[in-house]
Amino acid sequence: MAESLAPRSNAERNEGPIFWVVGFALLFVLPVLNVLPAEDSWLHVSDFALNRFGKFLAFAILALGLDLIWGYAGILSLGQGVFFGLGAYCMGMHLMLTIGSEGVYGSALPDFMVWNQVTELPFFWKPFYNFSAAVLAGLLVPAGFALLFGFLAFRSRIRGVYFAIITQALALMAWLIFNRNETNLGGTNGLTDFKTILGFRLSEPGTQLALYVITVLCLGGAYLLCRWIIVSRAGRVLIAIRDSEQRVLFSGYSPANYKLFVFVISAALAGLAGMLYVPQVGIITPAQMGVLPSLEMVIWVAVGGRATLVGAIVGAVGVNLGRSILTNHFPELWPFFLGGLFVVVVLLFPDGVMGITRNVREKIAKRSIRLRKTSVVEEEQA
Amino acid sequence: MRRIVGLALLWCMAWVVTGGLAAEAHTSASPPMQLEQALKDLSSEEESARDLAIHVLIEQGDSTWLPRLDALRANADRSLRMAIKPVADAWKHRANLTSLDADMRRSAATDLGTGGRTVVIPWLEAAAATESHRWVRYAMEESIQLLKLASDDPEVKAQAAEKLGELRSQNAVPALKALAQGVGEPNSTQDQNHVARAAAVAIDQIETWNVWSTAIETLFRGISLSSILLIMSVGLAIVFGLMGVINMAHGELMMIGAYATFVMQECFKVYVPADWFDAYYLAALPAAFLAAALFGLILEATVIRFLYGRPLETMLATWGVSLILIQGARIYFGDLTAVAAPTWLNGGTQVMVGVFLPFNRLFIIGLSILCVTGIYLLLFRSSVGLRVRAVTQNRNMSACLGIPTRKVDAYTFAFGSGLAGIAGWALTLVGNVEPGLGQNYIVDSFMVVVTGGVGKLAGTIIASLGIGGLNKLMEPSLGAVYAKVLILVLVILFLQRRPSGLFAVKGRHAEG
Repeated sequence: MAESLAPRSNAERNEGPIFWVVGFALLFVLPVLNVLPAEDSWLHVSDFALNRFGKFLAFAILALGLDLIWGYAGILSLGQGVFFGLGAYCMGMHLMLTIGSEGVYGSALPDFMVWNQVTELPFFWKPFYNFSAAVLAGLLVPAGFALLFGFLAFRSRIRGVYFAIITQALALMAWLIFNRNETNLGGTNGLTDFKTILGFRLSEPGTQLALYVITVLCLGGAYLLCRWIIVSRAGRVLIAIRDSEQRVLFSGYSPANYKLFVFVISAALAGLAGMLYVPQVGIITPAQMGVLPSLEMVIWVAVGGRATLVGAIVGAVGVNLGRSILTNHFPELWPFFLGGLFVVVVLLFPDGVMGITRNVREKIAKRSIRLRKTSVVEEEQA
Repeated sequence: MRRIVGLALLWCMAWVVTGGLAAEAHTSASPPMQLEQALKDLSSEEESARDLAIHVLIEQGDSTWLPRLDALRANADRSLRMAIKPVADAWKHRANLTSLDADMRRSAATDLGTGGRTVVIPWLEAAAATESHRWVRYAMEESIQLLKLASDDPEVKAQAAEKLGELRSQNAVPALKALAQGVGEPNSTQDQNHVARAAAVAIDQIETWNVWSTAIETLFRGISLSSILLIMSVGLAIVFGLMGVINMAHGELMMIGAYATFVMQECFKVYVPADWFDAYYLAALPAAFLAAALFGLILEATVIRFLYGRPLETMLATWGVSLILIQGARIYFGDLTAVAAPTWLNGGTQVMVGVFLPFNRLFIIGLSILCVTGIYLLLFRSSVGLRVRAVTQNRNMSACLGIPTRKVDAYTFAFGSGLAGIAGWALTLVGNVEPGLGQNYIVDSFMVVVTGGVGKLAGTIIASLGIGGLNKLMEPSLGAVYAKVLILVLVILFLQRRPSGLFAVKGRHAEG
């Protein structure tokens, strides 16, 4: 990981106005286009499209966290899906309990428990009756798990390829465990059939619109948080760790603590993304937290551009948009496309979309400088 | 007197009804007469008469009488069919006792033993006396003792129980337990107590033996899984040591090896006479190696060489390649194809009572030993290996000394890929050939490499033995999933003490 990405302090300074413009568009323009124009107008944004976009933005929150550890601190985690899944299951369990006796079997227990002949609610489900407890758990469970795992990993200086492998194994294990029926988490079918959230019907467009707005706000908050971390002193240490952990160590810092901190933050962001994902999509299964989804999350960041927060968001939204279009029209081709994306991005565009746009900008800037110079020379000659 | 009259009457009837057959039977002496009577009695209303008939038929008849039985069965009611079945079975098993196929002899002996008819003891004894196959003879002796266990004489019973204990007979446990229950009860006779005590001793012996044989089987399964892991991860480990790269497409290189085997099988089906069909498996070995190695060479030249010094990016790029390969295989070959193992790898060998070792597992164990030996010789006893080791230790210094490091990389990568192909070739013996073949074990083999440490053959061997062995050791009590989870935890805890694996590189090159 010795290669250093080009400094982008300039680019980051320019992000301010863009942030507010895009934020405004996401927060006001899209919802207004959803509500106001007539359904057949070309300006109209359908409920489905908005809902899907909300899902992508939830993914973008996760991508921000992943960018924070991979792009800035150089820690490649292939187990980010686990934290996402933990958050999602926390919210899913709450939504499952609010179904009450509306389920197929009319029991107060979730349907799959009736199906599995569980007669009493397992103890770890009980706190999830409370919405705020569920939200808190959705942040703290992934963060706590990351704290434990990261403590063990970073303390013994497991890093680079080793860390990637271990986290991938973690994703496999989580997938295996959540697939089991006896863990009382719904097994392969996961948690689904949600009816209400805080008393609002999930099937109502209004509820989905509200969820979308909340997602946008959370994304904005996550962005500001990540940005704050990066521009702080800690952020500089993180970048230094990415570029040479040895030197940071020899300069008297403790890389392990910084890495642990940022790893926990990224896990909490993944948990938040999972919590926002569940009510909008309406289902969470172990398939969302296995090895392959975790790797896909990494490619979002790579496509958008590592070490640029905007890039992470662009990548998450872009890849998922491409995915939903491609899997609709050519379901067999999606794996080729995804695999090709991995190879092409890593080989040809290591800085992703943001790298491409930056190159273009720099070229334009150079050309204008050259033009100015030649014009100056011409003037002098004249 | 009445009986003779009855017989004569029957005789006449038989004469009238089945003229030809009866004429034939007429030429032999009295046993056929008895048999005829017994055949008649089979349809008797009285149970005792039926039992006697069955007894007579089993004792004196043989399978040449089967057509008669079949004729009877053609329009028989239920009780008659029930009466015919043991007779027909006994005759069939008796004929099978002299079959050329050892498995047939064995199952015949076992079935006779569970049939519970003491009349067959002489047959079994005769067969056992001439039997050359150890485990068939074992089955025969077991059956003899089992039948004797049901005899009325307590002395014979006790002896049989003792013998069964010595034989470590698993099949006898229920019967022995039933006998042992009577021990110490107030109203039991001395004889009963004697038998019960003998049975209890025998059960004890058998159960101790079971513990051992289970332990040995667990050990074998552990070694078997370890050798699969070893054969899969050794190529990965060499490449990791040399270039610091984890090749995420390693599993798909195995898949290529497996599909090469499959293609070879299909080719042999079409172009080669059936007698030579089994040779396809041997022909597939070079095919699998070369196909995977060639692909590895291409992969190195097009992707990996551009990513030197960036192991994380290499992981992602090779993962992308693996996605493409999996989907390509799925579209081209479909979801499920299987390779029929060659006949000489079917079945297995029994090394002791209750321990059965399948040939295909033994083959894989042997193959992994062979591979590791070959790799050892190549790495440590050849000039090519010397270069590989030099580049592994210090790339820059080797380059300065004139070693073409890029060439070494390319060939080593191709060689590691070829080893993956061989692993795929071997895996066709224990599973289906499917696009996801590589994915099943790949995380395990990554763990082996990480636990083993960078570029050390011994580390890979010990790590795969440890992980495979622990996995199978914990599986019976914890289940496969939790065993795997626990292994991950153990690996993480292990890395606490040795962050770069079992055999870490020490000194100034340690921190790459």
